[in-house]
Amino acid sequence: MIPQRQIAPVASLTVPALSISGLSVAYDDTIVVGDVDARFMSGTMTAIIGPNGAGKSSLLKATLGIVPKLAGHVAFFGEPLDTVRDRVAYVPQRAGVDWDFPARVLDVVLMGLYGELGIFGRLRPSHEKRAMDCIARVGLTDFARRQIGALSGGQQQRVFLARALAQRADILLLDEPFAGVDAATEKALVQVLHALRGEGLAIVAVHHDLATVPAYFDHVLLLNRRRIAEGPVATAFTEKALAQTYGARGAAHA
Amino acid sequence: MGSDFVMLSLVPMVIAALAAVACALPGNFLLLRRQSMLGDAISHVVLPGIVVTFLVTGSANPWAMLLGAGIAALFSVLLIELIVRSARVEPGAAMGTVFTAMFAAGVLGLERSGASGVHLDVEHALYGNLESLIWLDAEGWSSLADPEALAGLPPELTLLAAVTAVVGAFVMALWRPLSVATFDEGFAATLGLPVRALSLALIVVAAMACVAAFSAVGSILVIAMLICPPAAARLMTNRLGHQVWLSLGLAILTALSGYVLAGYGPLWLGFAGSVSAAGMIAAVSGVILGLAALTGRHRRRTGSPLSTPADRPYKAPNA
Repeated sequence: MIPQRQIAPVASLTVPALSISGLSVAYDDTIVVGDVDARFMSGTMTAIIGPNGAGKSSLLKATLGIVPKLAGHVAFFGEPLDTVRDRVAYVPQRAGVDWDFPARVLDVVLMGLYGELGIFGRLRPSHEKRAMDCIARVGLTDFARRQIGALSGGQQQRVFLARALAQRADILLLDEPFAGVDAATEKALVQVLHALRGEGLAIVAVHHDLATVPAYFDHVLLLNRRRIAEGPVATAFTEKALAQTYGARGAAHA
Repeated sequence: MGSDFVMLSLVPMVIAALAAVACALPGNFLLLRRQSMLGDAISHVVLPGIVVTFLVTGSANPWAMLLGAGIAALFSVLLIELIVRSARVEPGAAMGTVFTAMFAAGVLGLERSGASGVHLDVEHALYGNLESLIWLDAEGWSSLADPEALAGLPPELTLLAAVTAVVGAFVMALWRPLSVATFDEGFAATLGLPVRALSLALIVVAAMACVAAFSAVGSILVIAMLICPPAAARLMTNRLGHQVWLSLGLAILTALSGYVLAGYGPLWLGFAGSVSAAGMIAAVSGVILGLAALTGRHRRRTGSPLSTPADRPYKAPNA
């Protein structure tokens, strides 16, 4: 059973875009995520917040089956991930890949279409056009044929977002999308994400800048190995909850 | 002249080119996955695999060797993983330990086994025996249409042709999954791709190529064919497809020019005799890589370890 949380009344009537119950993750006998419950609704944008080593990325990765779950249950739109993969898009940490890889911006964004194309599906001009539209949406049109290693950190993050856009998913899971990007990129990314939220997507992002939480997000999940608090920013993003999450020192940031 | 060439040089040259192509194909992906070292490990453990197969079956049948070496390669990969996990050492150290120990065991096995009489002496295992893969039944170019003469082709040629076809089919069929999983394994997993199986399959295919190339260039020099052409191609282009095609061209160029240089190079320089073809092929591949490093269009890329620190990818704090 998933316990009731403070969720907007209208949203709680529908099936959550993502629901997690009793999720635990361990690396080498060390529990990094312990028994976490959470629900993420369509049309909302949630920040997953917590100190370093709180298990934020691990939670995301276990949800997506990238790392194994020790225990727990995950459902996207009420279904197991395998049956709704085409509705789920993941934006990994930029630092997690080798940007020296021989590919252009367009090549990486086209990878967002591989799920749809399959192994042998023919890549048609319409696919390329769709990828170019996504590249335009993140403001990288002039860079579409550049090698990805020649981009700035902010531009690389935009490439990742464009690839996720190409997937035409209904839920977007982002791991530290604003880490190490310039101010202009951060603004552009937030604009695109807010537009997507307006289109009814569920947005879930691991985030580390407490100061921008209220401006960017409408919901938060405070995490420190276990769930500390969850809900709308107005009610869950409190001094008390932050103190519990970060300890007294960290709460001063809020 | 023509008949001499067909009898003595054609088959070794084709074998060298096929071995180079079979190795370069998986080599491209090993290189991009920063697993060149794993390629080195695989190419070395091929030796004990072949020795053990020889001791068990008592024959030098190349297909049995292929199987034995493949098993040895998988065994070594599992052993490396086991050591990394249980001893918590870095993968490089685990690989170094596993492949040197297994390679040394292979050399000892060779010496002790009395295998030395047949195809398997230490020197051939290390440097290959490309020059001895001659086509005795050939009388000239017309022999290419003569079924009787064709039946006398060295079995290594059939083996390499088959392996090259399998490796080529593997890379073509799994091009998209391989390229996505190589660039971004986490993302590939969210597409539902079996990333671990893919990574293992790549190792198995690389091992097959190594075994097949073993007879041509020997154990030590396989690494040159596995890594040098892809590394040189990487410096000349920024697109994966172009890189793979370029690496194949370079692989063939290296194999053929290395063979010719080994046979005639000393004569041209006024020395008598010839030098080891395998050694020359590896040396040529090193020279080509060096030239590519000096002149390649893309040798200085933002984000590569060569670029300035400010351009390096941002390392996010552990989350």
